[in-house]
Amino acid sequence: MKFPLNMVAALGALVLGTVEFVGELGIFAISGVSHVFRPPYYPRLIWRSLMEIGFYSLPVVALTALFTGMVLALQSYTGFSRFNAESAIASIVVLSVTRELGPVLAGLMVSGRAGAAMAAELGTMRVTDQIDALSTLSTDPMKYLVAPRLLAGVIAMPLLVCIADILGVMGGFLVSTEKLGFTPGTYLISTFSHLKTEDVVSGLIKAAVFGFIISLMGCFNGYRSKGGAQGVGAATTSAVVTASILILALDYILTQVLFVK
Amino acid sequence: MTQPKIRIRGLKKAFGDKKVLDGIDLDVMPGTGMVVIGGSGSGKSVLIKSIIGLVTPDSGVIEIDGEDVLKASRGRAHELRAQIGMLFQNGALFDSLPVWENVTFGLLAQKKIRRSAARDKAIEVLAQVGLADNVAALSPSELSGGMQKRVALARAIASEPAIMFFDEPTTGLDPIMGAVIDELITDCVKRLGSTSVAITHDMASAQRIGDRAAMLYEGRVCWTGAAEELLTSTDPVVDQFTHGRAHGPIKMALRR
Repeated sequence: MKFPLNMVAALGALVLGTVEFVGELGIFAISGVSHVFRPPYYPRLIWRSLMEIGFYSLPVVALTALFTGMVLALQSYTGFSRFNAESAIASIVVLSVTRELGPVLAGLMVSGRAGAAMAAELGTMRVTDQIDALSTLSTDPMKYLVAPRLLAGVIAMPLLVCIADILGVMGGFLVSTEKLGFTPGTYLISTFSHLKTEDVVSGLIKAAVFGFIISLMGCFNGYRSKGGAQGVGAATTSAVVTASILILALDYILTQVLFVK
Repeated sequence: MTQPKIRIRGLKKAFGDKKVLDGIDLDVMPGTGMVVIGGSGSGKSVLIKSIIGLVTPDSGVIEIDGEDVLKASRGRAHELRAQIGMLFQNGALFDSLPVWENVTFGLLAQKKIRRSAARDKAIEVLAQVGLADNVAALSPSELSGGMQKRVALARAIASEPAIMFFDEPTTGLDPIMGAVIDELITDCVKRLGSTSVAITHDMASAQRIGDRAAMLYEGRVCWTGAAEELLTSTDPVVDQFTHGRAHGPIKMALRR
């Protein structure tokens, strides 16, 4: 093939590939969500996924939130002390954490932990015929494998972000009172004086959406993986990368929708 | 004339340009064992996957008990396929579950037994494939290849399916363990009175577990006959395949 035709062909293949991917993902998502609402339900598996996504991610998310709150206080002090605006530090910390950093950083951490594990587990089940075996044993793999994880993702992430919010504020509090010379009372008062319910709620909405995305990309990439160990590796990478990008992109869109009136 | 348990007519499936199944016709009579042989990539797995519904064929007819599963409603097709038990090539045991839950998985899914009774049922089925009750609590990864195959067989027969599929049941086992598995398979099939379809490359195994045999070549059934005739067939394609000759009519296909 001649050079320009080559380029057109490559572009065409890319476009077709993208359209196919998006279409498959859409069908997968709709099917997965519809199975969440139709019996039989698997409470045992939902519980297992909740533990996997929520409970076992707690240490990572907690540490991330704590250090983020600490560094936020430190950084904003450096900036704000230059024009005597130290009193804004508490608000900066609490608003950044609840509205933005809590959900986004928790999302990225959980995607790296639980999303990758999901893709690897489902991918291995795919390449060892375990997913096919499920269908021969009167069990719908979408219902058995995907629906519990989607549901668990949507439930677990907001709970994690609640904890992340508290620990983030605590990190800021610790640095401000121990290192920057704030009195605990003043810091707490200015923390809560500017905080509105919608700041927290919007963060939790984001968290639920991110939880869905993490589970969806983990399951989708694992479910369609093929070709042995290499395929499972590629599925895992793709699960984390696509989930992370979608989290960051959706974060912008959700912020636009939730805050900009 | 009795109705075939499974009747396949003109089954076609292509992946891209590659025609994997190009008009398969096959009858499996009730209570008999059919062995399907054929080279790697001749579409044996796709054939079985089409029957159990993991692959959707492009065209053709697959009848189970005289009903076309491809035209039946989703629920009805599901019911028809629920009577099929399958032994996968590498066992495909669920490694997240202990052996007893693997064995009773289908029964629990169909709500045929209660969870509290599942363990005892599993031990009972495991005994039928010659495994002791202490295996029930183990995880599949703790078992040897031969034991995994037995557990997989136990899982396939637990719901006493009317139709059993075996995908290369002896592949990856030593000859003695292969013979043991074959014996278990024939025992189970006979006891349950099931109709069976087995895919294999192993001629000794084919003759042990099959009554009838069919050879797939270039997406079609090129030969059918009694399983005992496999090694004595004068058909050049069958002769070359069963005797493992490097030269003959199949060579052309491999080179392409």
